[in-house]
Amino acid sequence: MCLQYLIKQKKIIFSLILLVILLISFFIFNKALKNENVYFPKLNDNKDYYIEDFSLPELFTNEKLSIKQLLEKKDFSIVNIWASWCVPCEKENSFLISLSNFDNLQIIGVNYKDRNKNAKSFLNKFGNPFNYNLVDANGTTSIILGAYGVPETFLINKNKKILLKIIGPINNNHLNEINSIIKK
Amino acid sequence: MISQIGFISLFLGLSFSLLIFLFSLLDVNNNLVRIDKKILKLIFFQFCSVIFAFSFLIFAFLVSDFSNETVYNNSHSTKPLFYKITGVWGNHEGSLLLWLLVLTSFVLFFAIKSKNEPKNFRLHTILFHQIITIGFFIFVLKTSSPFNLIFPVPSEGLGLNPILQDPALGIHPPILYVGYVGTSIVFASALSAMINGYVNNEWAKNLKFWTFLSWIFLTGGILLGSIWAYYELGWGGFWFWDPVENISLMPWLSLTALLHCVVTLEKRNILKNWTIILSLITFMLSITGTFLVRSGILNSVHTFANDPTRGIYILIFLFVLIFISFIIFFLFENKNPEIKKEIFLLSKETSVLINNWFIIYFLTVILVGTIYPIFLDVISSEKISVGPPFYNKLILPFLLPFFLFMSIGPSMQWIKTNFKFKIKYIVYLFLTLAASLITVIFLNEKNILLYILFLALFYLAFKSLENFVIKKSNLAQSFSHLGFAMLMISILVNSFSSTEVIKNLNVGESFNLNNEKIFFKNVTTVKKNNYDSIQGLFEITNNKNETIKLKPEIRIYNQPVIATSEAAIKTTFLKDRFITINLIKDENIFNVRYQNKPFMIWIWISTLIIIFGGVFAIFDKTKKNYI
Repeated sequence: MCLQYLIKQKKIIFSLILLVILLISFFIFNKALKNENVYFPKLNDNKDYYIEDFSLPELFTNEKLSIKQLLEKKDFSIVNIWASWCVPCEKENSFLISLSNFDNLQIIGVNYKDRNKNAKSFLNKFGNPFNYNLVDANGTTSIILGAYGVPETFLINKNKKILLKIIGPINNNHLNEINSIIKK
Repeated sequence: MISQIGFISLFLGLSFSLLIFLFSLLDVNNNLVRIDKKILKLIFFQFCSVIFAFSFLIFAFLVSDFSNETVYNNSHSTKPLFYKITGVWGNHEGSLLLWLLVLTSFVLFFAIKSKNEPKNFRLHTILFHQIITIGFFIFVLKTSSPFNLIFPVPSEGLGLNPILQDPALGIHPPILYVGYVGTSIVFASALSAMINGYVNNEWAKNLKFWTFLSWIFLTGGILLGSIWAYYELGWGGFWFWDPVENISLMPWLSLTALLHCVVTLEKRNILKNWTIILSLITFMLSITGTFLVRSGILNSVHTFANDPTRGIYILIFLFVLIFISFIIFFLFENKNPEIKKEIFLLSKETSVLINNWFIIYFLTVILVGTIYPIFLDVISSEKISVGPPFYNKLILPFLLPFFLFMSIGPSMQWIKTNFKFKIKYIVYLFLTLAASLITVIFLNEKNILLYILFLALFYLAFKSLENFVIKKSNLAQSFSHLGFAMLMISILVNSFSSTEVIKNLNVGESFNLNNEKIFFKNVTTVKKNNYDSIQGLFEITNNKNETIKLKPEIRIYNQPVIATSEAAIKTTFLKDRFITINLIKDENIFNVRYQNKPFMIWIWISTLIIIFGGVFAIFDKTKKNYI
């Protein structure tokens, strides 16, 4: 009798735990569905952030390029994380093209978790604002960069210091901000 | 007009479902021996109404009726006939209609096939199955009707995504869906068997058919998807650990564990709880897969359009099913007590249990890898990506013991194995030692673990071959296991000795790989009905001056305008030569990617052998059991 009671109690505790786990997963999934996928950076103005060096293959030439060497070529660089499957990137592309004719600015793309072929057809379709395009096929380098999602844009100077970090697609306000920094 | 009829037809289907549910509920408790004829008729009508709606959607695609939103979004009047038809299930709405069609045809099939089963078991199965069907009917009608109208009627459609314009993609979804949906019968039947206290070897005989049927189709569907990915995505790989691939692999794993349990239940009348839980889990995983793919929560090649309301609907539906099954499990568990039987260490039963535990482990790893990023994102707003390194680290080390057990397990006997030494064991030992040694030397990998891995696999292959050729016993098992061993050997060889060259080439240039000269001869342009094609001609010459011609293509589709590159593949029994080209913008050179992929064809062949094993199992009529 006592044993049976214990078994029964065990069963109830077990089902309660299961219930709680299930409820939690339900709410997490529910919240994940409603997520707008917009992230805000934790800005800490007292501290300077520098970009870490990494090397990735170029999209068209397949040559391995180091970000540090690329950054030293111009006064300012925009590093833009993008992907052909990312819908906001399509709109953002036209903003990047408008930025591509400054003399002291170059645009470096980081192609995030994309199929090579799709990336190329994306650039063929919407235009190619990038001076270089680094392929981050498994997404790990973008994590080192501190990316929250796609698209994401960094404005970096020659000394590898991050001047501006834009999460989500670039808009007109960002464009003005970038302009004012470059023309200083 | 077409769309309205289709919608009404679907609505009728839902009403039939509700009627079936009601009548089955009334019929359960009366004392008649046979099922009310009304219910069987209604099931037939329900099937007819769905097939009617489905035909109308196909018709709308055929005549390019752009007043229908689904047709407008996914078709174009210049598209070839074949792709107009496959376009029906190449999108969210149409594929759900296909899902409903398979669901209703399965319950019809079940009703016909289960004539000799107890009445209440049949009724309860139909009852639970109707809950699923009703859920899907409401889902289709409410959130994703394929019969929505647009006004004003557009003159032309948007076209089907070119990477979906492919013959393999024509049959990949239907076959995969039969596999997924087949598990709904397994699920309903498990719940029903629990309520009726029918979890025994009799039930296992019935369940076996449905388990193997789903398993065969699921394996086939995954195989087709892999083949498609191999030659269409231009990477030369066949498995990417993409979340959606994982989602099809999870039910496959639990089905595989389940079919071992079902056989054990049939032969020995043990592992009742294992069988029930695996039956329930398999279907849950199928629905979870539907949820993850259809809600747009994941980013993947397979993701359909983003619509959170769909996601929330499936999520609620999924949890309702989970709660129903757990409540039933806890209420009726006592009705099916596990018969206390001693399980000997050296027996098939032990092997099946070990197999189960390993598969559950693999399943958990894949499940965590797939949904952990979603959880982390919600809890800490941190984005991470889980890719091949994670799976390789957590799965590869455990493959070694798994294969070792798997190579021994099938040679065990039911109840208890009496090990007797025979000369042939020494023969086997030498055969496997030699075969593995040759392979490892061929691969040039001096790794003792890899050697043991091959040892286990070759032993399994030889042993299965012996059962198959000499003893001719248990065809299903020896066939599938032989196929599995071959598959793993091919995958290992393939992943260790593939070579590749990526180069920018002009016409007239050449390069060398593995003693072969690859010469870029010329480029031609061809105009086709739905695309323009740029075709390169490559000549591959080996030492003996034999030449192979390969013609990779770049296709520029007109509706919608998308460029895709088609790989050219020369398949031989020893290796595949795989070549793709890409245009480099504003320049006259091509980016050429050339790969040597050994044993590629054997990956497909061995999967087919695995599937044949399943087919044998369905027709296996041996009645011998060991209760």
